[in-house]
Amino acid sequence: MKRRLWWRSFWLHLFLTPLALLWLAPLWLMFVFSTHPETAIFSTPTPILPSNQFAANLQSLQSDTNFLRTLFNSVMVASIYTVLSIFLTSLAGYAFARFEFWGKGLLFSLVIATLTIPYFAVVIPQFILVAREAKTLLAILIGMAVFGGIAALLAWLRFSPALGRVLWVGYALAALAYLFLGVPALREAMTFDFRLTNTWWAVILPSLANSLGVFFMRQNFLSLPASLLEAARIDGAGEFRIFFRIAVPLVLPAMAALAIILFLASWNDYLWPLLVLSDREMQTAPVALGSLIGLTRVSWGGIMVGAVMTTLPFLVLFLFLQRYFIAGITAGGVKD
Amino acid sequence: MKRSATPYLFLLPYLAIFALFWAWPILESLLLSFQNTRVSPPVWNLSVNWGRILGDAAFWDALRNTVLILVIQVPLMLALATALAVALNSQLLRARGFFRFAFFAPVVVGAVAYSAVFRLLFNQNGAVNAATGLDLNWIFDPVGAMAVIIITLTWRWTGYNAIIILAGLQSIPKDLYEAAEIDGASPWQQFWRITVPSLRPVLLFCLVLSIIGTLQLFTEPWLITNGGPGTATTTLGVYLYRQGFQNINFGYASTIAYAITLLALVFSIIQLRLFGRES
Repeated sequence: MKRRLWWRSFWLHLFLTPLALLWLAPLWLMFVFSTHPETAIFSTPTPILPSNQFAANLQSLQSDTNFLRTLFNSVMVASIYTVLSIFLTSLAGYAFARFEFWGKGLLFSLVIATLTIPYFAVVIPQFILVAREAKTLLAILIGMAVFGGIAALLAWLRFSPALGRVLWVGYALAALAYLFLGVPALREAMTFDFRLTNTWWAVILPSLANSLGVFFMRQNFLSLPASLLEAARIDGAGEFRIFFRIAVPLVLPAMAALAIILFLASWNDYLWPLLVLSDREMQTAPVALGSLIGLTRVSWGGIMVGAVMTTLPFLVLFLFLQRYFIAGITAGGVKD
Repeated sequence: MKRSATPYLFLLPYLAIFALFWAWPILESLLLSFQNTRVSPPVWNLSVNWGRILGDAAFWDALRNTVLILVIQVPLMLALATALAVALNSQLLRARGFFRFAFFAPVVVGAVAYSAVFRLLFNQNGAVNAATGLDLNWIFDPVGAMAVIIITLTWRWTGYNAIIILAGLQSIPKDLYEAAEIDGASPWQQFWRITVPSLRPVLLFCLVLSIIGTLQLFTEPWLITNGGPGTATTTLGVYLYRQGFQNINFGYASTIAYAITLLALVFSIIQLRLFGRES
């Protein structure tokens, strides 16, 4: 019996070890190439140990494209996006997990259905909105802020049910009127030049409609003991206070997992930033790197430096926080 | 619970953004596909795009390339991912942390970074030819270019799928295996009689995810082979990008987008059918 197990273990490692080395090879060579002069990358045999040209390669990358500036753009875009997206999807996920309300089932299936709809189905209208109709978008966003504020105020004032119903119907009509009459009028009134392309916001705004986050946060809020939240409710705490003071602290580990996944997705995103960022100073790091790949007379050592600099932080992070990455990845898969 | 505005307040910020950037665009894409956008302003024309797509050899080329990747790469990857997950789940495995890192690390690497690396590795003077003694001009050979795309995708996504399958494996009750062990079932029999049937929903989930991902494949063929040589690796995603953002024909690009969406829908329905029989 022991002997048989030993052989099984032997075959397992014999199969797995070369495969693992093969899997690590591209990453290792990426690092090695970033430290070699151009000629070494294309020589036989391929260098497998690092050399000392990293700084020189970084310098040529920096002169091919302002790479450090694009790294800064990437950090800012990914950070702002992550914070905003966590906030929005937590609020929505909490509502789907903890409240019963009219339209809940329909709204939730609508949000979840987008998980199986290819991104291409929305990319062209998103582009039109951000790149061609930025003023319309601005008018809509202003409306959202104003009407959001009014909604919060109406809810906070707690009218009697009868009066409340009248006010909310009026509110809905006013919102529709603003959308169809106010937005075009406001757009015409904007005589100033307003563009969103080549700004961080052009990248951040459309990705905020992220449905995986809603699904993930709902799952985690559902797993909280209902009695705890009910006790706070009986003590007279407001719903937003319960959310921020009790529910959120309990799901912080899940939020961390979601934050890592969202940050990573934004950091590595290529197609959408490529569409809305053409100005070299405003590009994110992947867009800048991608623009170099097609060119001749470009430093491949430099490109490898760029690849290492965009990858290495996450490889290190992955080494220490694997659990969180994996929690984020398996979010949609196994549960439910 | 009494009726209250509170749930809607929680939902409002997200739903507003969702309506603006997902719900409305899905509808507008459909509307655009029925417009001739090559004139300014665009005019309604129910057949210009949908009529064109049926007879567009370049579209069918892109569809064929995409389906080719789908039928070769996806089964290959899922089989490998399942084997890996089982291996990584084995009690006999030493240095588990090392192996997990090796196969899972590609999950955090950006498409642009690894596309650049694989383009270099498969250069005619690159590491792959140097290591194997071959003298293939991978990127400029139709079959070679397709092989590079498939290898790159497999490198990137096998570990990702293995993570999901591994989570599925860990939810299979241990006593099933213990009972089989007592009955004298070999590991091979246990794999086919217990593991694979239990993993079916997880594998189907991975399958659908992979299919939707492949249908939208863009970055790797765009950066590694630029869709070439000729149209050998032009996928639906690359073709859509060319039509939409190089030729600036939003109407036709939306038609391609909807064709992709319909394909994804068909595959999702097939999955639902398979699921429905299960539960």
